[in-house]
Amino acid sequence: MKRFKFILQKEFKQIFRDKGMLPIIFLMPIMQLMVLSFAATFDVHNINMEIIDKDQSSLSQQLISKYASSSYFNILQNTPYDADNGESLQTGEAVIILEIPQDFEKNIIHHQPTQLSAKVDAIDGMSAGVSVNYAQSIIRDFQDNYLQEKGLLLKNGLKINISNLNWYNNSLNYKFYMVPGLLVLLVSMIGIFLTSMNIVKEKEIGTIEQLNVTPITKAEFIIGKLFPFWCIGMFVLSLGLSIAKLVFDIPIQGPLSIVFAFAMIYLLVVLGLGLIISTLSDTQQQSMFIAWFFMIVFVLLSGLFTPIENMPGWAQDLTLLNPVRYFIEIMRNVLLKGASWADVKMNFFIIGIYGIIINALAVLLYRKTN
Amino acid sequence: MEKIIESTELTKTFGDFTAVNKITFDVKKGEIFGFLGANGAGKSTAMRMLTGLLSPTSGAATVAGYDVFTEQEKIKKNIGYMSQKFSLYNDLTLMENITFYGGIYGLSNTQIKERGEKLIERLDLGNIKKKLLKEVPLGWKQKIAFSVATLHNPKVVFLDEPTGGVDPITRRQFWEMIYEKADQGMTVFVTTHYMDEAEYCHRISMMVHGEIHGYGTPKELKKEFNAQNMDEVFIHLARGDQYNLK
Repeated sequence: MKRFKFILQKEFKQIFRDKGMLPIIFLMPIMQLMVLSFAATFDVHNINMEIIDKDQSSLSQQLISKYASSSYFNILQNTPYDADNGESLQTGEAVIILEIPQDFEKNIIHHQPTQLSAKVDAIDGMSAGVSVNYAQSIIRDFQDNYLQEKGLLLKNGLKINISNLNWYNNSLNYKFYMVPGLLVLLVSMIGIFLTSMNIVKEKEIGTIEQLNVTPITKAEFIIGKLFPFWCIGMFVLSLGLSIAKLVFDIPIQGPLSIVFAFAMIYLLVVLGLGLIISTLSDTQQQSMFIAWFFMIVFVLLSGLFTPIENMPGWAQDLTLLNPVRYFIEIMRNVLLKGASWADVKMNFFIIGIYGIIINALAVLLYRKTN
Repeated sequence: MEKIIESTELTKTFGDFTAVNKITFDVKKGEIFGFLGANGAGKSTAMRMLTGLLSPTSGAATVAGYDVFTEQEKIKKNIGYMSQKFSLYNDLTLMENITFYGGIYGLSNTQIKERGEKLIERLDLGNIKKKLLKEVPLGWKQKIAFSVATLHNPKVVFLDEPTGGVDPITRRQFWEMIYEKADQGMTVFVTTHYMDEAEYCHRISMMVHGEIHGYGTPKELKKEFNAQNMDEVFIHLARGDQYNLK
């Protein structure tokens, strides 16, 4: 273990001497966190809307003014007839076209069913869904108001009103949801990319052979490679959490000690994986590509952007193999829900096993003798 | 005299290709042993087996008394190695490289300091002690690499074409350093392409197509092949190989 000191000394010196790497290690994650947290939004605002009002009645005007006054919609034009036959959807000017039929007012007054039609640009299915939802809720409001005004509400008998209460993130601030996840992503990326480049770099410059003829043990070598990046990972996480709190005012409901304890094990998994990639690659290009491949899969199967519950069964099963998933769960549950140790013990158990397997593999796969 | 390397029919095959074919030779303690051969003759493969970097296919060999099949890590404690590619860290200073390799070989801090100072003094490199190695010219680097490879006083030091691309004066100084170490009882196992350097060796083996075709002192070899100098021996063997195939 005396040897260990010398290995660490060397690794730290090399990392901090690389003037090109330092900003990548410390500045990039901060910048990414600041920028991506604003960019990765699911909020839908200012939906461009075209209205074709074939009725031109006072009721249709009332409905339109409801849309106009909503912050969600931005009314591009309001015409009495279908001027361009959906052209504005094609060009992308409008996202939604709402058509108010003739006899809209008349039908309502005579208690006849009437139909509004909405055409939506559904290329982005998610935001299309949200747009339609907003559009419908305005119509519902309008309907309720109208009925109430006419005193028809009671006549219709029982009316069920659903009122929502959003727990854990009651202002539905998507940043609360995204920032903890993004932070996990950044820490993982730093970890996997830096380590995956490391051993293979020694291969490329030829120093690995010099090391392989020394009595250095495989475990010393791997741990020596891993530890500096582990420290960097923990540092970036702390920095990121501070930014999350100070800049985004992320709630911290549960004990942060859970997050840090988990990160300590989690980083071993990610770094170990990076080292395995590095050991198996011959060039930095190769290892970069493989690391990138893993990262993409990890991100898309992590539940960061798309809920895991919405995935098909087999994809849900795949996410069980994804270490990123477990850390994002921990982050969201601890920070937003205030989860306790008992709530997350399964995550700890799984990531612990993962860590042992990955690092044992990293040591085994690294060969001093071919 | 004590034999520090003993190889009996050591063989390495990669698939159908036999890179090293049943080489048998020995190296005595304190000897400067020249390991010669054309490019692709199998020198590097043989050396990699002896240094524990590559597992042999068959045969038997010991280095410093340890088996090359089973005791590779023990061999590594007892040897030094300098590859043809400069393989110290360019982004570390001279003293940092010394400290790192000294530490890896288990030297104490005081030993590292003492030997490091001595090495720097011997090479007259006091003025670049704190410079990163990437700023140091190649000829100096090779001398530094040799000194670092022998810092832990190994029983054998393996040098893989140590003087490639180095000017004649530096080459000369390099060989002086090799002689110093040999005088102290260190065994030197060296591959080279320079036939004048071959003359400096105590004994030589000449590899052709994975086999040893010449083996002895430079004098013996010159006599055996009726040559004026080692150049002729080399050309005779490397080319003669084509006629011998028949």
